[in-house]
Amino acid sequence: MRANGASGAACASGIQLQASALRARALVAGVVAVVIAVVAGLTIGPAGIPAHRVLMELADLLPGIAVESGLNDAHKAIVTDIRLPRVVLGLLVGATLATSGATYQAAFRNPLADPYLLGIAAGAGLGATIAIVNDIGDGAGVFDLVPIAAFGGALGAVTVAYLAGHIGGRSTASLILAGIAVASFLAACQTYLLQANADAFRRILAWLLGRIATSGWAEPALLLPYFLVTTAIMLRYRRALDVLAVGDEEAAALGLEPRRIRLIVLLAASLGAAAAVSVSGLISFVGIIVPHAIRLVFGTSNRILLPLSVLFGAAFLVLADLTARTVLSPAELPIGVVTAFLGAPFFVFVLRTSRREIW
Amino acid sequence: MSAAVEVEALEVSLDRTPILTGVDLSVSAGEWVNVVGPNGAGKTTLLRALLGLVAYDGKVHIDGLSSQRRSVRAQHLAYVPQSPVIPQGMLVGDYVLLGRTPHRGIFAAETATDTRIATEVLERLDLGGFGERAVQSLSGGERQRAVLARALAQQTPILLLDEPTTALDLGHQQDVLDLVDRLRRERGLTVIATLHDLTLAARYGDRVAILSEGRVAACGPPDGVLTVDSIAQHFGAHVRVLRDSDGPVIVPTATTSAHATSAAPAGRAATQNGDHS
Repeated sequence: MRANGASGAACASGIQLQASALRARALVAGVVAVVIAVVAGLTIGPAGIPAHRVLMELADLLPGIAVESGLNDAHKAIVTDIRLPRVVLGLLVGATLATSGATYQAAFRNPLADPYLLGIAAGAGLGATIAIVNDIGDGAGVFDLVPIAAFGGALGAVTVAYLAGHIGGRSTASLILAGIAVASFLAACQTYLLQANADAFRRILAWLLGRIATSGWAEPALLLPYFLVTTAIMLRYRRALDVLAVGDEEAAALGLEPRRIRLIVLLAASLGAAAAVSVSGLISFVGIIVPHAIRLVFGTSNRILLPLSVLFGAAFLVLADLTARTVLSPAELPIGVVTAFLGAPFFVFVLRTSRREIW
Repeated sequence: MSAAVEVEALEVSLDRTPILTGVDLSVSAGEWVNVVGPNGAGKTTLLRALLGLVAYDGKVHIDGLSSQRRSVRAQHLAYVPQSPVIPQGMLVGDYVLLGRTPHRGIFAAETATDTRIATEVLERLDLGGFGERAVQSLSGGERQRAVLARALAQQTPILLLDEPTTALDLGHQQDVLDLVDRLRRERGLTVIATLHDLTLAARYGDRVAILSEGRVAACGPPDGVLTVDSIAQHFGAHVRVLRDSDGPVIVPTATTSAHATSAAPAGRAATQNGDHS
């Protein structure tokens, strides 16, 4: 008995060491990806500022470090007032969308779920369209009402979908169907407004396709609190989401309250995604491709998947934004075009080369 | 012996249809009771009521249960469902660790104790080398053992098994039930299982309860409960009940097929059928 116990303990620590080593490697890979994306996003651009000087300027910003980068004031301003806020916004939007997507997929136990499943995109689109056609925003004053209208539209759509889904029953399928119904209805309203206001067409289309545009630090500052709160909630529930993978019945037999957990994580994911789209427009694919690529490489456990979605989602969107603003420079591609154009082939590549079965 | 599970006048309705209409059942600590009954008799519903997964009227007393909270209940009752949901891509080791959820809480990371217990259970169920494999890649028998391993990792005094042998061949049915029996003796577990196979229900466990029309129609040692009459009455089945030293053997008799008339004269089958009635 004694010998048995000892070998069992040795084996257990072996499993644990292996798992935590894998997790550590994955997290390091994620941090490296973020660093690469940030450095690339800050150093590459039309101004032709040497990369090492940009890095020195950045080091100078860190507390307790004083480095003379040798950049002139105009170049300093480009790095710290134009590129840096934009990179930070890309990090926040990408992290929020990818983590929300991973959470939606886990909560619905459905690989096709993404943060827009319950009508966030359609709601935000309608809100933004209303604001634009009524010309109550987009640089009209200190308060840009387009993001606020988009945010309100997105939250309104999710709320209606959630309430309607619960009327039709309490299964996740009825919730998804309610989301589809709400999204279709709002998309129809939005298309009607679009047709009736042809002059605003280009502005609306540009908003719908998404962009990471900043005017100073206003947008990152707007999104930051939502990112912090919602991501913290989603990460806190990552182990509960692993238990939900065995279905509500068994999760309840294991002592959980599946409905309450689903409500909490979907609220957090929806709030985060709504805040992200309200500042960036409808950036597609991030919420679905990033989590799936991570699953293919690092496995399906939400314990690992959610933290990695924060990191890789952030890195992916910064690189996508870099592509969006450089390929047609000085013109910019809508970032939604880039995420789909680059993201989809990349995803197919990972799908083909991975030997894991994830769904 | 004290009662580990005490059920009195249990009533459950699903979608306003009464399923259980007054179940009384008392299971002692360390006892194994098999619940049998025709399809739709409410066997699974009875287990779900014990687990607190459906609303019920009446009394369900679980020994030592200090609170009705699910997390507390899950420290007393472990459940092996009839058709467990196998999460895509989940590794066997992680799957078994899910059984530790009621002890560690949903926010906490698993402790060294949790991993030790999961590893021990895997070893005990001959799944030692399977920790890093995906659950859905296992064969039917291995999968059933993985689900059992998760339930055992819960380290509860009571084990509820819903048709644990469905989808298994005869050899694996025996393996699983033998294993449950050994574990029961080693750990002093109380086992409540639903089974379709009446002979298996008679072989394993101490008592058999026939659940029929929403109540316990008969409960006791297999010999007294599984009779030709009771099986005809509650299952609508025509059987012969043979006796051997290990208990009753229930053999269905064909009533309409050519086999019954050609292989054995109808009269003889009828006589044997009547032997025990």
